[in-house]
Amino acid sequence: MTSLLHRHISKLWLGMVFLFLYMPLFFMMLFSFNDTRQDARFTGFSLRWYEALTRDSRIVDGFWLSVKVATVTGVLSAVLGTFAAFVLVRYRRFPGRTVFSGMVNAPLVMPEVVIGLSLLLLMVGAQNFLGWPPRGMLTIIMGHTLLGMAYAMVVIQSRLMEMDRSIEEAAMDLGARPYQVFFLITLPNIAQAILAAFLLSFTLSFDDVVISEFLSGPGVNTLPQVIFGYARRGINPTIYAAATLLIVTVTTVIIAYSVWVARQTRRREREIAAAMRAETTALA
Amino acid sequence: MAKFSLPMPGRRFVIGVPYAWLVLFFLLPFLILLYISFVDMGNDIHPFKPIWDTETGVLKLKYENYWSIFRRSEDDALFDTIYIEAYLRSIWYALCTALLCLVIGYPFSYFIARSKASLRPALLMMVMLPFWTSFLLRVYAWKGILADQGIVNQALMWLGITNEPIFLLYTNVSMLVGMTYVYLPFMILPLYATLVKMDFRLLEAAYDLGASPFKAFWLVTVPLSRSGIIAGFMLVFIPSVGEFVIPSLLGGPENIMIGRVVWDEMFTSNNWPRATALAVIMIAFIVVPLAIYYHSTGESADNRK
Repeated sequence: MTSLLHRHISKLWLGMVFLFLYMPLFFMMLFSFNDTRQDARFTGFSLRWYEALTRDSRIVDGFWLSVKVATVTGVLSAVLGTFAAFVLVRYRRFPGRTVFSGMVNAPLVMPEVVIGLSLLLLMVGAQNFLGWPPRGMLTIIMGHTLLGMAYAMVVIQSRLMEMDRSIEEAAMDLGARPYQVFFLITLPNIAQAILAAFLLSFTLSFDDVVISEFLSGPGVNTLPQVIFGYARRGINPTIYAAATLLIVTVTTVIIAYSVWVARQTRRREREIAAAMRAETTALA
Repeated sequence: MAKFSLPMPGRRFVIGVPYAWLVLFFLLPFLILLYISFVDMGNDIHPFKPIWDTETGVLKLKYENYWSIFRRSEDDALFDTIYIEAYLRSIWYALCTALLCLVIGYPFSYFIARSKASLRPALLMMVMLPFWTSFLLRVYAWKGILADQGIVNQALMWLGITNEPIFLLYTNVSMLVGMTYVYLPFMILPLYATLVKMDFRLLEAAYDLGASPFKAFWLVTVPLSRSGIIAGFMLVFIPSVGEFVIPSLLGGPENIMIGRVVWDEMFTSNNWPRATALAVIMIAFIVVPLAIYYHSTGESADNRK
């Protein structure tokens, strides 16, 4: 009796929370196909907002800028994050380690407004004294990478910590040079985490408003900045159309990534099984 | 056995690159922030001025940048400024958000942790999926949903709960809905992580010993998930305090939070020293709960010994 009640409550609660989490997504997907500006009533199917989207040069320009910024940020963050994770996991002792781990982790808890503000001051100072860099794409990338690197580090660090170091030792014993060990053993082992870190920092960058608002220059606006500008003015179904395209893309990428991970795991299991079989036949 | 480690120059490179990056883009900007918060800008528009007497070389810090946050200039009334108000409001919203997330997220995580093991990855994936799609767009959607003619009001009127639209947008309601919506996954994930590791036989033992379900839950489940509750609370509270986008989209002039005040001070009033002083105090608001958090987790680790 109680367990039956418990099951119903649990289903109801899960359903309600999922409804809460997904309502905005479905709302935007539905109303992006609406043929009027109406927000509460679906008056008819149309693609006019998608057409408006492709003709809106600010959104299109912002999109391409965001793609560029997010790609560079993703690559830089994944590389720096790998370095930082390596330092934290493998180098237990070096001067300034405490400061280092504090600095890597701090962007995770700092309010974005503070990060944006302090980086803006740095850029203004640099411009005053060096005349470089101009505020724009480059400064946005620097800001995003500071944040992206911290998240990338966390993802890669946890993979690196659970990695079995005896394979590296085996490779060393078999005469591999340190860089060979790194590129042939360590890197393939953490490749999945590096890809996840790239995707995470790409997404963070592609989504960021606050740091971009502080660091962008006149006429340089990322897609979130353009959307933020529109959003503050009121309802605009063009944004719903943009959102729908984004939701579809993200869902596809995440599903593709999960399938890839599952396939990798299965392949490795098969290879291990094959190796074991080969070993037993050789012994026999 | 040979231990894999890079030769010295490689090691220096691996440490040096991220170190240099962080010093340049984290430490240095932070020091500049701190510096500017003590600058006396006067009528100058250039904030990079020396904070020492150029002739004698004695430090001359302008504490007024900080004082003016706490003291009203007209009548010297303490703690009655728009800044203190914005700080308190930010902390209040962050606390309410964390509590709402806990109330909604705890049963949710509990039910996921007790669902069939084969279902759990899919359910968690469903929690994470919206998290990967634009935060800005998801907040924006609530603007349409909560509008006077939006679907929530339409539904309320259709149900006969109200005859005319209730103002939901640009109020505390829309603020808290938006913030809870955005930060809920940050509460669910740590809670789930502790609850899924819990040994549910302990609950059965409590039942066998005559505890009511409520009592068993309160005396067994809740204390065992304490670390998850605290972690979730911190993960929600800390970013909520500095929230900038949600008050801009879903809040009205009454709901201004400190992030926005810093922005306005910087770009509207052009008072850089005060904007930086406000930011420095804001960091203190983040560091104090974090310190308590680390202290409490350190303590519980000690207790276990």
